[in-house]
Amino acid sequence: MEKKDIIQSFKDSLFTGLIALALFGPIVGLRTVSKGEGLFITPQWGVVFLLVGLCILGRFLININSARRTEFKIFSILSSKFSNVTEDKAKHFAITGILFAVVFPFLPFTDRYFMDVAIMILTYIMLGWGLNIVVGLAGLLDLGYVAFYAVGAYSYALIATTFGWSFWICLPLAGVFAAFFGILLGFPVLRLRGDYLAIVTLGFGEIIRIILINWYEVTNGPDGITGIPRPSFFGLPFKRSPDEGETSFHLFFNLEYSTMHRIIFLYYLILVLALITNYFTLKIRKLPVGRAWEALREDEIACKSLGVNPTNTKLTAFAIGAMFGGFAGSFFATRQAFISPESFTFIESAIIVAIVVLGGMGSQTGVVLASIFLIGITEMFRDLEQYRMIAFGGAMVLIMVFKPKGILANRKPTIFMHGDKK
Amino acid sequence: MLKISNVETFYGKIQALRGVDLDVNDGEIVSLIGSNGAGKSTLLMTISGVNKAKSGNIVFNGENIENKQPHKIVDMGICQVPEGRRIFSRLTVEENLRLGAHANEKGKYFENDIKEVYNLFPVLSDRKTQRGGTLSGGEQQMLAIGRALMSKPKVLLLDEPSLGIAPKLVNQIFVSIKNINKEKNVTIFLVEQNAKKALELADRAYVLVNGKVTIKGSGQELLKNKDIQAAYLEGGAKN
Repeated sequence: MEKKDIIQSFKDSLFTGLIALALFGPIVGLRTVSKGEGLFITPQWGVVFLLVGLCILGRFLININSARRTEFKIFSILSSKFSNVTEDKAKHFAITGILFAVVFPFLPFTDRYFMDVAIMILTYIMLGWGLNIVVGLAGLLDLGYVAFYAVGAYSYALIATTFGWSFWICLPLAGVFAAFFGILLGFPVLRLRGDYLAIVTLGFGEIIRIILINWYEVTNGPDGITGIPRPSFFGLPFKRSPDEGETSFHLFFNLEYSTMHRIIFLYYLILVLALITNYFTLKIRKLPVGRAWEALREDEIACKSLGVNPTNTKLTAFAIGAMFGGFAGSFFATRQAFISPESFTFIESAIIVAIVVLGGMGSQTGVVLASIFLIGITEMFRDLEQYRMIAFGGAMVLIMVFKPKGILANRKPTIFMHGDKK
Repeated sequence: MLKISNVETFYGKIQALRGVDLDVNDGEIVSLIGSNGAGKSTLLMTISGVNKAKSGNIVFNGENIENKQPHKIVDMGICQVPEGRRIFSRLTVEENLRLGAHANEKGKYFENDIKEVYNLFPVLSDRKTQRGGTLSGGEQQMLAIGRALMSKPKVLLLDEPSLGIAPKLVNQIFVSIKNINKEKNVTIFLVEQNAKKALELADRAYVLVNGKVTIKGSGQELLKNKDIQAAYLEGGAKN
């Protein structure tokens, strides 16, 4: 490495330090403490200098690394470790993953907390797979996906509390409602692409949430809906003492009563729903409509000149993506037994989009890895309260540095000719 | 077969076509030459229905198509190979071809049609599992033509098939175009800047200047035309 480069990197890192100082100076350095009647400022310059020093050092190391890749390999080794996970290996990974997911509830270390986190991760995986149809396959950036999640959850909650129908009837209905809203959103945005589409879908997500808050007569506004029926095991409720004339799950199977039964059932429920979403996506990619989605993502004009109807193609993508969002929403409602508009804020949409993008647009396995990584990391840092979002952001930055196209960026072809299949 | 009369197309307030009249008969190869910005691609996009004509008529086999949706026009048998090929670069060669069959009764005759395309362009057969974006320019052009043929068109609209392609491959592609016309009996409407090649191939040809047809005649006549030689052929002609 030449001396010039070192001086250059050093200058650059000093500049980074300046920016860090400007940022951390006021934010971290000046701490307000309330004493008695007023607020007092306590400076803590030590922390600031530590942070600025870290920034300078970090920047310097990155600079040196990029100047002499061959000699200083930490980053490239790390990133090559990641890129070994190709789609070919992903198949084995997927099978192992599914097997692991199936036995997971019965592993010795699995407790209530692990189950809850696993259910949450699976919910995000399902949402990610659902959104992947719209964003990954059809290439329509949808920042308001949470709207369909909300529609599904509220349809389920309202139908179930009003009519008392069982989960298995309400679930498809909620999906249909969400799909309907998908088409409703689809119509006005047919002509939009890219940034403009993103803005409108973002607005749509907010509109739904604000309607939920304000339409008090139906949605009960910010108070939310309580007492949503829990799912039953094909008619057998999970109750300690069943009502007159009812048999509950543990009595029917002659088991000791445990709250874990319901949790395990919910776990398998979302696992099955998520796998259905995945199976559906993998299948539809090989059908004309699925291929048309991907072609539309690549080039709309070429699609038109080949006789693909862009209107129908986009609407089906929105509708089907929304439907799976709706399914996930009903699951969420039945699991929580309580929903309110607070659960459906923009940050949810953002997390789902992040999962799809970080996973590698269009990659099914990538969505799983990204969900585990992002949700898992935020959960691990749960005790650190306000640092959780830093961890979340850090995880995103790390993925983008090492895998700029997402964890699994390779798209597998859908067609193999006879004998070509490896 | 295809009759275009007095077609005017606008981009916002800018007029790209100022009353174009031309016709293409069954089984012909018709070339349209003209310089950059003359409106050649606009005319093709207007026929395909991607851009809408503000006035004028486009009649295909006795039916007005100027107000039809693009996918309806493809269903009727007019398929375009757009300028710059517009391959679906992240899809494989075969997936690209399958998309071409989209309009053709959901790809009912797919296996047979695809064999014909592979016979026409054997190189595509070697590359069928490769992503479209990894092909060379010439191969992409072959793929784009093959993709359009999958919809079994009666008329094939070709927009600058020689654009950005090695001269040797250009010859090969023009031979293929001739074969498509003669053997598969597909009518060809070819838009080109490479005037010499386009006129040599054409039964009849038109010259488009500033959104208007200024000269028309048989390909041979136009090749000998002094004005055309001066404007489009001399020095500018590539082989």
